[in-house]
Amino acid sequence: MKRGGLILKGAYFDSVTLMGIGRELSATPGVLDASVVMGTDTNRSILKAAGLMIPAFDGADDMDLLIAVKAKSATLLDQTLARAEAALKKKPAPAASSASRPVATSIETAAQTLPGANLALISVAGTYAAEEARKALETGLHVMLFSDNVSIESEVELKRLAKRKELLLMGPDAGTAIINGVPLAFANVVARGPVGIVAASGTGAQEVSSLVSNHGAGISQLIGVGGRDVKRQVGGIMFLEALKALIADPQTKVIVLVSKPPDPVVLAKIQHAASRTKKPIVCLFLGAPTREGEPHTLEEAAALAAALAQGRSLDSAWAALEQQRADLAPMIDAGAAALPAGGRYVRGLFSGGTFCAEAQVILAPLLGKVYSNAPTGEGMALKDSGKSQGHCFIDFGEDEFTRGRPHPMIDFTLRNERIHREAADPQTALILLDVVLGYGAHADPASELAPAIRDAARKVPVLCSVTGTDRDPQNWAATIDRLRRVGALVAPSNAAACWLAGEILHRRGKKRSR
Amino acid sequence: MPLNALFESDLRVVNVGVPSFAEALRQAGAEAVQVDWKPPLPVSEESRRTIARHRARIERANAQALERILSAAPRWVGMGRALDTIPGMHEDLLLHAGPPITWDRMCGPLQGAIIGALLYERRATSVAAARKLAASGKIRFAPCHEHGTTGPMAGVVSPSMPVFIVRNETHGNRAFATMNEGLGKVLRYGAYGPDVIERLRWMERELYPVLRAAIEHLGGIDLKHIMAQALHMGDELHNRNRAGTSLLYRALAPAIVRTCTDTDAAARVLEFINGNDHFFLNLSMPAGKATLDPARGIAGSSVCVVMARNGTDFGVQLAGTGASWFTGPAAVPDALFFPGYTRKDANPDIGDSAITETYGLGGFAIAAAPAIVQFVGGTAADAVGYTQRMYEICAGESRSYQVPSLDFRGTPTGIDAVKVVEKNILPFIDTGVAHRKPGVGQIGAGVLNAPPEPFQRAYEGLAGVLGGKRR
Repeated sequence: MKRGGLILKGAYFDSVTLMGIGRELSATPGVLDASVVMGTDTNRSILKAAGLMIPAFDGADDMDLLIAVKAKSATLLDQTLARAEAALKKKPAPAASSASRPVATSIETAAQTLPGANLALISVAGTYAAEEARKALETGLHVMLFSDNVSIESEVELKRLAKRKELLLMGPDAGTAIINGVPLAFANVVARGPVGIVAASGTGAQEVSSLVSNHGAGISQLIGVGGRDVKRQVGGIMFLEALKALIADPQTKVIVLVSKPPDPVVLAKIQHAASRTKKPIVCLFLGAPTREGEPHTLEEAAALAAALAQGRSLDSAWAALEQQRADLAPMIDAGAAALPAGGRYVRGLFSGGTFCAEAQVILAPLLGKVYSNAPTGEGMALKDSGKSQGHCFIDFGEDEFTRGRPHPMIDFTLRNERIHREAADPQTALILLDVVLGYGAHADPASELAPAIRDAARKVPVLCSVTGTDRDPQNWAATIDRLRRVGALVAPSNAAACWLAGEILHRRGKKRSR
Repeated sequence: MPLNALFESDLRVVNVGVPSFAEALRQAGAEAVQVDWKPPLPVSEESRRTIARHRARIERANAQALERILSAAPRWVGMGRALDTIPGMHEDLLLHAGPPITWDRMCGPLQGAIIGALLYERRATSVAAARKLAASGKIRFAPCHEHGTTGPMAGVVSPSMPVFIVRNETHGNRAFATMNEGLGKVLRYGAYGPDVIERLRWMERELYPVLRAAIEHLGGIDLKHIMAQALHMGDELHNRNRAGTSLLYRALAPAIVRTCTDTDAAARVLEFINGNDHFFLNLSMPAGKATLDPARGIAGSSVCVVMARNGTDFGVQLAGTGASWFTGPAAVPDALFFPGYTRKDANPDIGDSAITETYGLGGFAIAAAPAIVQFVGGTAADAVGYTQRMYEICAGESRSYQVPSLDFRGTPTGIDAVKVVEKNILPFIDTGVAHRKPGVGQIGAGVLNAPPEPFQRAYEGLAGVLGGKRR
């Protein structure tokens, strides 16, 4: 085994490009591992952990590009390094319009080259993201700040600035938005319509907007403000601004609010703002206690909003949800029949954080103790994210899985490994998965997951749901079809999949007690 | 635009970061422009905050500096001997290109030029003696830039050398440069053989009096006018001075014929100018110096008034940081080498000629001189791209020097060190390349970016001044 590396001084590439090149290199036969990263402290510690560190990298700094390779032979090592260098030097073909439009190297000049520019989508590394967002706001642009690792102090500062300038600042860590029908970052292609959404939750917003669209209603605006907005320190600044804008928006007839339970002070402000409109508002504060008639899952929130948008009664929406459960009975039978003899626990492996939270909210009351690396509600903290215990729900979007890697909606490597592992664990009763489609997500998630699901489904029931629409680039129906063909049980929503998991395990309990 | 107004508009997005987001937006029917973003050059958090706090003041100061630069009117007004003409010049002083440097750290070509100058001045009769004298401490070395002077490549100016005198008619200040010796084995590339010394003596003996009489007869030549025309004729006035030299020749020739009674001497002088496409460089450089010097001492300004290299260090001075030099290691240019030479033979970047870039010519005006990018296998489109990129780091645009292929847009002028750091775009320089050994001469020509360190340090230095700390 040979280990080696190269430093390219002053070369800069965005991490997505670099990870793409790293993955391509790793896929070469005989290459054991490869990584292409900027030489930050964090990245160097990642290289160290991966056994890819070489002494030459010690003196590297943030501005250096590091190429690290582990290969079976010295020849292959050299070839791989040369290939990496060549891939990085390959200039992208100029866009057709490049001759008429000079390349902009800053937000300010980009805004000049695109007359009428009104929004900046920022996804640079967190260290630099706040400064770029500030420049965008100063330039008069609304901002979607996709980047994470922005301090809460910067978030507060930026949101105050945005509010003063009557601008929207979505994020940081805002994955999803649909503005004027245009999906931004991780979002689905949904029908336009009267339902406006304010979300402090990315995948929650994707699920609600897709389900509303699949119900035949549509979305006016989907504003994702970032998960921290409803915390006390931020005070719901942008959640409230977005809510007020939707109240004032003539295209929006129904409003959906999606978030984890807000801080009580923020909640009071939201309730106050909500009380000032006659527009119906569906609130889902996932994990908060609900009263009769209030939704407690993403699916219920979407069903109620769609009914309101279509002028149907709420009772009809609840009845349809009941009917859906009845229709799922054959799937309970199929799942129960496939349960392994000794397996006792649900193992949920999620790419969407909100789905992981929803699973805990739904299944804790049904199953008792549940564990998670992102515990919510009654969920308990998992000791080691790499090792499941009991009923266990893993969010692969958490930091421990995304350091130096693309988001699990793009890179399925870790989740697939875990599917194999959980299927082989005799304690596993069934595996629960989410699959997210839309812009930003992998171009063909079904193909990425197929081998792992096929393997797992031979041993345990594999239950999943697909978030998306038929207008998404990946196509919702085709994805479901593909997953069924490799042995998955596909539920109509994440909530339905969780409920099914509970029912299937419950059935086994009954079988035993008989 | 308030949020509700956004809902009524077409979404037009500036995308900074993951390029696929912009592609997805276009697929979805929205207009999107991708920012070619790089992280800023690393600087201390404290400096970053200081600069951010003083942003409005810096911009006001830069506007003032830019106005002084744009309003300058450099004119070649006469000639003189360095000793009698250059302020602060004395018998034991040699001027050199770039930031201050001691003998032991000087690169080969600079040491060679120092040796040559001492032989020319008859301060030594052998190379060994010249070396000994140079190292003895008896001879003082100082940057040309600290004496109103600019020197190409090694840039060595000794007391007996004749110099051009350029006056800024707007602000009244003066700047100086020696006469260009031509290509091949010449002092500015560190050559010191007998032919080199003999040429320098001829320049002093014949070229100098003939040119002095001609320029006095003419009452001066407006350099700004010549340079503006030369840009329209394919020069960028750093690495290509063919048009500038030709225009100068047309202006000078009748005056030389009228003032020089010795027709052989007149012919030799005219042939010498005609035979050296770079003759005008030694006027475009002091024209730049005369243009930029009035911008010095504007408190708070981050505009560069000097970029210069001594073959070891690259140095920068700002309008707002007084006499401080901010330096970093000089790099080797990406170049096309003359047959028989490779990158291994190349000396790191050297010379005061980056003064041309500093006032909006050279690499900053390369879109006007597409012939130059051929040096590095580039295309005319590359040349346009280089110039367009430089607008990103400049305080403004020239009112006089224009680029025909950019619809006569003024060249990017007034390098702003704060923008250089924040946008991580380094000034683009096109330049000649010297052999690393003294005396071999020019071995190629090419392009390079200025190194980042001088700009990072200049940024910190300006923050120090603005934050009230003495450096």
